[in-house]
Amino acid sequence: MNIFVILKRTFDTEEKISVSNNKVSEDSAEFIINPYDEYAIEEAITLKDAHGGTVTVVTVGDEDSEKELRTALAMGADQAVLISNEDLDSQDQFTTSSVLAAYFKDKEYDIILGGNVAIDNGTGQVGPRLAELLDIPHVTTITKIEINGTTVNIERDVEGDLEKIETSLPLLVTAQQGLNEPRYPSLPGIMKAKKKPLETLELDDLDIDEDEVEAKTKTVEVYLPPKKEAGKILTGETPEQVKELVSLLRNEAKVI
Amino acid sequence: MAKKVLVLAESRDGALRNVSFEAIAAAKEISGGGEVFAVLCGDSVQSLAAELFHYGADRVLTAEHEKLANYTPDGYFQTLKQIIDDESPEAIVFGHTSLGKDLSPRLAARLESGLISDVTGLEQAGENTVFTRPVYSGKAFEKKLISDGLVFVTIRPNNIAPLEKDESRSGDVTSVSVDIKDLRTIVKEVVRKASTGVDLAEAKIIVAGGRGVKSEDGFKPLQELADVLGAAVGASRGACDADYCDYSLQIGQTGKVVTPDLYIACGISGAIQHLAGMSNSKVIVAINKDPEASIFSVADYGIVGDLFEVVPLLTEEFKKVLV
Repeated sequence: MNIFVILKRTFDTEEKISVSNNKVSEDSAEFIINPYDEYAIEEAITLKDAHGGTVTVVTVGDEDSEKELRTALAMGADQAVLISNEDLDSQDQFTTSSVLAAYFKDKEYDIILGGNVAIDNGTGQVGPRLAELLDIPHVTTITKIEINGTTVNIERDVEGDLEKIETSLPLLVTAQQGLNEPRYPSLPGIMKAKKKPLETLELDDLDIDEDEVEAKTKTVEVYLPPKKEAGKILTGETPEQVKELVSLLRNEAKVI
Repeated sequence: MAKKVLVLAESRDGALRNVSFEAIAAAKEISGGGEVFAVLCGDSVQSLAAELFHYGADRVLTAEHEKLANYTPDGYFQTLKQIIDDESPEAIVFGHTSLGKDLSPRLAARLESGLISDVTGLEQAGENTVFTRPVYSGKAFEKKLISDGLVFVTIRPNNIAPLEKDESRSGDVTSVSVDIKDLRTIVKEVVRKASTGVDLAEAKIIVAGGRGVKSEDGFKPLQELADVLGAAVGASRGACDADYCDYSLQIGQTGKVVTPDLYIACGISGAIQHLAGMSNSKVIVAINKDPEASIFSVADYGIVGDLFEVVPLLTEEFKKVLV
């Protein structure tokens, strides 16, 4: 089976965020594989173990993304592709999905997996956009997948309810938490990853004209939310505190 | 410049979702005096149209088809694409719901348009509408606009106020006949797991439990409080990992992002991943034994104490004042 994973290098949002020049500052930030994409990688490896085939991880990013691709290879992916975005003046989800579609145009794929959302920009657009551009079905927020021949049975999370879906290959799915427990790269895995193929492509290699994939949206401002003032810690005997809290919620905060 | 705006209205259990009324309000603002029309899809949705007018829709299109009984990307995509081709709206507003998140990118790709997801606010700036949305799990915000072409956005539930209900409003309801071809994904079954009728993402009040609830039974007092307040029950990852509750209740960086009017955190320490999912709630109450717990740093009101003592007292007190 030809298994592909689209992944994104993201800012670790456990980091403290600061803004300068209308951008979230990346100085000294930790970068990670987007956590939802880790579920996709894990599932891809599991599918390969069950059905055979190759796992290819693909990202659109700068040269630093090689680190995250190597991590995916260390987890067990077979090969990696870095599509450089350094020639792009502006990039949004329209851009990324168009670039990925150009990459997949002449590839044979049975299944493409991704995370259901990236924790930095949080749009969740690239997966379904790519599926449409490739004219294949998609299923988002999956928590279970079984493949028999070309028939695929999926469970997905829909606002807390569980939906059972039947579909077929080729297919694009996006992973929700609960799909699996991503493995940590093992030491031998890390050693092997260094020798696994990692291909770097420029937009020219994919016959992409930068103007045609130019972002459709524009960010005009990035800012931090106003700092919250220290809250009120209530004092006294518990029953009094509870009475005071109810009164504050009704009369001061006016939320009840 | 006045714009014609399409709103996709969503229903759940036979009733319209609040986010659809919020979407109409957003659409009104984007329209700048143009027409706002709502689209209702399903197997039987005619009766829901009237309420869309009450909340500001100028016109309603209904698409009824047995293949629209359950949401599928293909069924809804084909329906919406047909309507968009016929109507040529200049802007489209969906709710940032499970359905909206699944369908909007696919449509945007076909329409070769930009899409601004998860919008929490909007304002006019000259000819453009500028949209505010959270990034980095709500630790920062960005303002975005669509440079040219179709304006397509999804709005986060609970953030944009709906217009005041006006039951005297009405309008034309047109039934659209849709031709739905093969569905490549088929819904075999929907298993209801969300415990109460109140959806976390749309809940005005949430009572959430963490490791401090100690067991599955420990959620009972929280549920009782939630019942009195008409609230939804949520949980931290810690509580889910410990098997005290289902992952469908999880709020946080992984899990749901919620912005209710009131968030009552019970026995939740306030790990940064959890704060990412709830810190933009309007009012936060923290109940925790540990006065050093980081949840107190985002709380508007805090009670240092045992949740098993505090929560039942709170339930009793609310019962008294809410009769």
